[in-house]
Amino acid sequence: MPRNAALQVETAAAVAAPLISVRSLTVDFFTARGRFTALHGISFDVRPGSVLGIVGESGSGKSVTALAMMRLLPDHTARITGGQILFQGTDLAHAAERDLRRLRGRDMAMIFQDPTTSLNPIFSIGHQLREGLALHLGLGRAAADRRAEELLALVRISSPRACLAKFPHELSGGMRQRVMIAIALACNPKLLIADEPTTALDVTTQAQILELLRDLQGELGMAIILITHDLGVVAEFADEVQVMYAGRIVERAPVADIFAVPSHPYTGGLLHSMPSLEEEDPALLPTIAGMVASPFAMPPGCAFHPRCHLAGADCTRAVPPLARVGAGHDSACIRTAHV
Amino acid sequence: MGRYIARRLALLPLSLLLVALITFVILRLTGNPVEIFLDVNSTPEQIAELTARLHLDEPIPVQFFIFLRDLMTGDFGESLQFNAPAAGIVLERLGATLTLASTGLGLAMTLGIGLGLVCAVQRDRAADFVITSVAVAGQSMPSFWLGILLIQLFALKLGWLPTSGAGGIQHIIMPAFTISAFLLPNIILITRASVLDLSHEQFVVAARSKGLSRGRVLITHILPNAFNPILSFLGIQIGALIGGSIITETIFAWPGVGRLILNSIAHRDVPVVEAAVLIIAVGIALTNLAVDLLQMLIDPRVRRQ
Repeated sequence: MPRNAALQVETAAAVAAPLISVRSLTVDFFTARGRFTALHGISFDVRPGSVLGIVGESGSGKSVTALAMMRLLPDHTARITGGQILFQGTDLAHAAERDLRRLRGRDMAMIFQDPTTSLNPIFSIGHQLREGLALHLGLGRAAADRRAEELLALVRISSPRACLAKFPHELSGGMRQRVMIAIALACNPKLLIADEPTTALDVTTQAQILELLRDLQGELGMAIILITHDLGVVAEFADEVQVMYAGRIVERAPVADIFAVPSHPYTGGLLHSMPSLEEEDPALLPTIAGMVASPFAMPPGCAFHPRCHLAGADCTRAVPPLARVGAGHDSACIRTAHV
Repeated sequence: MGRYIARRLALLPLSLLLVALITFVILRLTGNPVEIFLDVNSTPEQIAELTARLHLDEPIPVQFFIFLRDLMTGDFGESLQFNAPAAGIVLERLGATLTLASTGLGLAMTLGIGLGLVCAVQRDRAADFVITSVAVAGQSMPSFWLGILLIQLFALKLGWLPTSGAGGIQHIIMPAFTISAFLLPNIILITRASVLDLSHEQFVVAARSKGLSRGRVLITHILPNAFNPILSFLGIQIGALIGGSIITETIFAWPGVGRLILNSIAHRDVPVVEAAVLIIAVGIALTNLAVDLLQMLIDPRVRRQ
């Protein structure tokens, strides 16, 4: 077989076998105000070693997606009411807690928005790193300490040994997020879910953490789901982007296409509201008018239509399905051609 | 850390001086001990002798000075009732009080934290409802009442336990439970509230994302963070706990300092009351110091302050 053909077969196999495959995932919340649907049957794949960016405003369902994939939604209020999450032959949506525990922290790991509150304040960094190592790899104290030191060095902490003995409050926000990344990478996971990993950090630190994540992705080759409200973050880092709005995926495309040919008016709005260096007056940054619809009072048809400058009467009739508009490019808009 | 302990211990005499002053004043405001202690038929010589022994013939400031001077040497004078050094009499009974108080405290902590955890885990379900309701009801039950009820049921009706006194394990069960019942409701409620509060923290989700089980996160991540509010409560309540143990010791005829104080106040045995109050004050101060040190040990953020 010529080399090229072999490569093509390999690529095809890779495309055919996603690392994790979310199918029609529906999540409902049961609150004091009543029941509402936070995720309306979303489907997507993540290929091994790729970076998927999930973008959307607060309330779009991106964090719910992340927690649902880890099966860490709050028990009392949220429930997966439909769909599947296929990961290495297991349906996580229906897996037993025992099996989930074996996967969490070993094959799939997560980092969170606020590194200040994601570390337990009363335990040392070393203690919190050793926990996962002892649990999944059965490492004893000394071996776990050695590995913990390696991990801290991996996330570019300058004096890893000294850091092991420190407590969370003794570290800066950026350092804490590095520690969180080290904890997440402790067992070489195949999938890392990063839920707004840089939102709580200052701009300089944001850039450093993103660069670190990108470098680590290159070194270790895990797949990353990067959740953010910042398209700039996605542009630097993701292979593929999906835009979420009101619990649905409204557009999905390779990262370059999202910026070159946005095919959903919401994506267009997000792109317009990004500050750019050429802008003469940054105070005049355009915004998307209106607010995200309340989950208790979803507008009929396309949930975005009340805020959409292209909306017409036909937009209220039915929820537009995600339809193919280009190579690997889907949009859920019936006026996609006008965007 | 060492400097902190030294500073706290250095401040201890100041609070003790205050306690001494208050005890001194109150004991002299509440009647002449000589008249109360000696019976009506005593001779003027006897009265004069006792008045001189208690230095009550001196002016008040001189009395206070003598009192303080004696304190420095640990000499509280002779007990009027027992004709023995007052400090020795108190210390003799301190062991019994400490045994009872620590058993009661241990019981309250174990039961309180355990039941509080059950409530938090079973939130809004039957177990939570029952335990919380009983705890709230228990909070409003005075310990002398509970003690009497316990004696009625377990000693008189069932005959399982002795009504009073000290001796074996069976003697300590009812008084220890009575003392613990005073702290138990609050420990249950504080544990429940702290655990529920903490379970919404991001670090709990983060700990579970490592693969730890719910139970393990509860015990190794949430519970240690819930200890400090409980310890703060105990620090505040330690004085009330001593007050409660006076009543409890009296009900169950427990041979401790509490019962001795009550008895000595009734007989105006001034040296014993003074000795007991000051020894208890030292105990309270040291307990509070221990609470602070424990909190530092648990939470590094407290250590830094």
